[in-house]
Parts: sequence; C-alpha cells; structure tokens
Amino acid sequence: MDLGQLLAIIIGAIFVSNFVLARFLGLCPFVGVSKDSDSALGMGMAVIFVMTMASIVTWIVYTYVLVPLEITYLRTIAFILVIATLVQFVEMVIEKTSPALHKSLGIYLPLITTNCAVLGVAVLNIDTFIATGLPRATSFIFTVVHGLSAGIGFTLALVLMAAIRERLQLGSVPKSMRGIPITFIIAGLMAIAFSGFAGLKIG
Amino acid sequence: MESVVARSIIALSGMAAVFGAVLAIASRVFAVHRDPRVEQVLDLLPGANCGACGYPGCSGFAEALVKGTVPEGVICPPGGAETMAKIAEVLGVDAAKVIPKVAVVHCSGGVSNSVQRLRYDGIEDCRAAMLVGGSPKACIFGCLGLGTCKAVCPFGAVEIDDDGVVHIDTKACTGCGKCVEACPVNIIELAPRDMYVHVKCSSHDKGKKAKSVCEVACIGCRLCVKKCPHDAIHMEDDLAVIDYTKCTNCGICAAVCPTKAIRDSARARPKALIGSKCEGIGKCKEVCPTKAIEGEPGERHEVNRDKCIGCGLCVDACPTKAISVVGALGRQREPV
Repeated sequence: MDLGQLLAIIIGAIFVSNFVLARFLGLCPFVGVSKDSDSALGMGMAVIFVMTMASIVTWIVYTYVLVPLEITYLRTIAFILVIATLVQFVEMVIEKTSPALHKSLGIYLPLITTNCAVLGVAVLNIDTFIATGLPRATSFIFTVVHGLSAGIGFTLALVLMAAIRERLQLGSVPKSMRGIPITFIIAGLMAIAFSGFAGLKIG
Repeated sequence: MESVVARSIIALSGMAAVFGAVLAIASRVFAVHRDPRVEQVLDLLPGANCGACGYPGCSGFAEALVKGTVPEGVICPPGGAETMAKIAEVLGVDAAKVIPKVAVVHCSGGVSNSVQRLRYDGIEDCRAAMLVGGSPKACIFGCLGLGTCKAVCPFGAVEIDDDGVVHIDTKACTGCGKCVEACPVNIIELAPRDMYVHVKCSSHDKGKKAKSVCEVACIGCRLCVKKCPHDAIHMEDDLAVIDYTKCTNCGICAAVCPTKAIRDSARARPKALIGSKCEGIGKCKEVCPTKAIEGEPGERHEVNRDKCIGCGLCVDACPTKAISVVGALGRQREPV
C-alpha cells in the first residue's frame, strides 16, 4: 500500500468513474433531490456518511461472516440487510443525540436506505479490494477511502446538477423541455464532460 | 450441497435476528419523547411550509407554538383566524384576533395602456430586470410584469394576463406576503380581505407626467379625496392612498376617478334599508351621495336600490335610527 494507490482510488471514485456520471448509479436521487442546492448538499452529506459506514460494515460482514461460511454468493441480499439496518440505526442515534443534525440530514437518510449507489459501492469494494487478494488491513483502508470518495463524487455531481438547475429556473427553456426532459439532457452533457477524465492515469 | 443451504439459511436468519434485536433495542434506548400536541397542531396548520409566520416551515411553527415561545401577534397568515382559533383550543390558550388579508397589486398598467421604455430580453425575473436596466415601462413605479410574484406564490394565486397585468386570485390567496417581499418595486400590499376598492396605481409622478406614460395612472386630481364621504382617501406625494381602517367599500372614489386608477371589485353591494321607525325627517336624503333616497317629508322614505351604493352615511345621519345597511351576509351596519 502506498499513497499513490490511495490517491488513485480517491481521484478514480470522484472523477474518473464518478458513481453518477460514469457508473450511472444512484440516478433517482440525482434527478429527484437536485432542485435546489441546499437540499442537494444535505442529501450529499447523508450519502457520504452512509457510503462510508456501509463500506466499513459490509467489509466486516463479508470478511468475517460470508467468507468463513463460504456463502459469498449471498452478498447482495446480505448487504441490503446490513445497509437497511445501518441506516435505520444511524437515524435513531442521530435523532436522539443531535436534533440539529437530524433536521438537516435526517430527512434524507431513509431515502438512501436501499439506494443502488450505496449497494454498488459495497459490491465494488468486494470485487476490487477483497476478491483481488489484497492483505486484510490494506483492503480495509482502501474500502473506507473508496466509500468516502465515492460519496464525495456523488455529492459533487448532485451539487453541480442542483446549481445548473437553479440557474436554469431563470432561463427561457422551451415549454416542452421544462422539468425532467431538460434535466436528462443536462445529465447527459455532464456525463460527457466527466468522460474526459477517463484518460487520466494515476499511479 | 445441503450444508451450503443450511449454512445460508442459518447465517442470514442469524444476521436478520441480530439486526432486528439491535434495532428493537435501539428504538427503546434512543426513543425521543415528542409532545403529542405538536402533531395535533401540525395537522391543523395548512402544511404549505411557506414560512410566512417567520418559522422554518409548519413543523417549526408547531413546535414553537407548543413550547409557547411564539410572540403575540405572530400568526399563520395562510391559515388565518380560523386555524389559530383551533390551535388555541388544542393548546388551551386564547387566540389573538386577526384580520384576514389578501394581496393587492397597486398597478394595472399593461402593455396596451402604458408606455414601454425599452424591450427587456433578459432573465424572466423582475429582480434581475431591476438590476440591469430598471423597469421596461416608462413609469418607474409600475409593475414590471415579469412574474417574480407568480414564481414565489406557493398557492398559485397570482396570474399574469396577456397584457402583462398581474391579477390576484383572492380565493386562492392566503395573504402569506411572499409576493410582497419578492416584488422589487414594492407595489404589492396586504389589504384586509373584506376591502374591495383599491387604488391600482403606485405612481408618485405629477399628474401630467403620470398620464403621459400610463392611461390608468393616478394623476393626483384629488376628486376621490373630495368625494369620499368617510375621509378615507388622502393624497400622499401625488398618489391617492386608501385608509383601509376608514373605508366602507362605498366605491364613490372608483366611480369619480377619471383615469379608472381606483378599481371597485365588489360583486354585489350592500344596500341601505329604511325600517318602520322612519318619521320622514329627511336627514338621510341630505347626506346621500347618490340621491338614492326618495320620499315626502313626514312619510316613510324609500331607498332606490339601483342607486344605493351601501356607503352607510344615512345610517349615521338618521336621528331615529331607522336605517341599517343589509348585504349578502346580513346586516353589515346598524345604527349605534
């Protein structure tokens, strides 16, 4: 493990293979919660938090439960179970301990319980860091970093989208294109722009 | 093979059981006590989350109400007195008296009846237009007609017609005041809901200039001020302004206004009714601005319902207290 690899993971998850704009995961909140930048930021923070937590917990469950029992083929259903429980649990803890945080973040938590981006990051972690036979400590660190940067990448895409849509509110969009159609076109153009990062080689 | 099936079932069931137990315990340990009255109050509020009360949404207002931290006079403008009374019942306190309000746009200048100074081709927003070149109209006080008020209205009560004139749907308007805040030229006001006569102009220009840029401008002729039987209209800086505390909706000002800058939107007017106590003194005849009262001295007088505008001047003038004003909602003005 060296810092170059870590940097490659971070840049890779945020830009090169951005979860929304390159892997096309989590498109539902990307379109649904990008109407204004405040809620986009709130949603983004919730996703960063949940993705990081989910990465850690699914890594533990995979390494210490699924692998020893040789039932790794059940990882999808097991991960859904884990993530759903985790989000519920975290919401309860936040509501009790920090009402202010719950107000700003809490309403988005249930939205991401079964989000495909969260499940996607967990599955990708397994494929890239555990199945390739990295040492345990290394794969754990990579998993956490990947989960965190995947969340940051999602937030980046969401906030960018919200900012564009906010500006578009004032523009004169043709009637038939207003709302969701123009959003899809923006999303496509953003994905094309992000595909420019595909040529990036790090490490 | 069997062992794989068994392992899968046991492992997943085990995980599910553990997670279920964790959540069950967590829901007890981390249970948050919520005042049930907050939910009750929240149900009574309109749920528009408009923020007109000054709190972050309806839930914020509900919490503050239950806590009792809401200062006197702060109400839910969309819900109005009715909602506040219901909430007061839940909380066991006295509701503050509120006058239901409605937004009034003090401008009726459209593209057809006012002079356009320039053609604005930028972002469709009055505030944005004000930043670059000011109003597209030659009248600097008038409505820009770009619909910022329509965009901010959470109730869809603002309509802009083809001519660019803003109309408020008084049924949909809740008097939340969002448009009042958003309007960059400050021509929207919250007026009492039961007022139907409004000055639809905000121009402080002198008569000649006002008339030269807009056909429906207040030209400061003072006819309305002179004719108002209730001293409810005054000139403020070359603009007629109605004092809603004195106005009785009689509509005389709207009738005399030469430019139709004052509009009367009352659908049906209340009418004066002379009762059996009338002794034919004739004081009412003297004060009636529309000569709607007929009758010989000494005999019971009659009101000509076509001429009567329901101003109520005769009610106060009658020495025998025989006259009252009767409207669609029953007796609106009784002799004191």
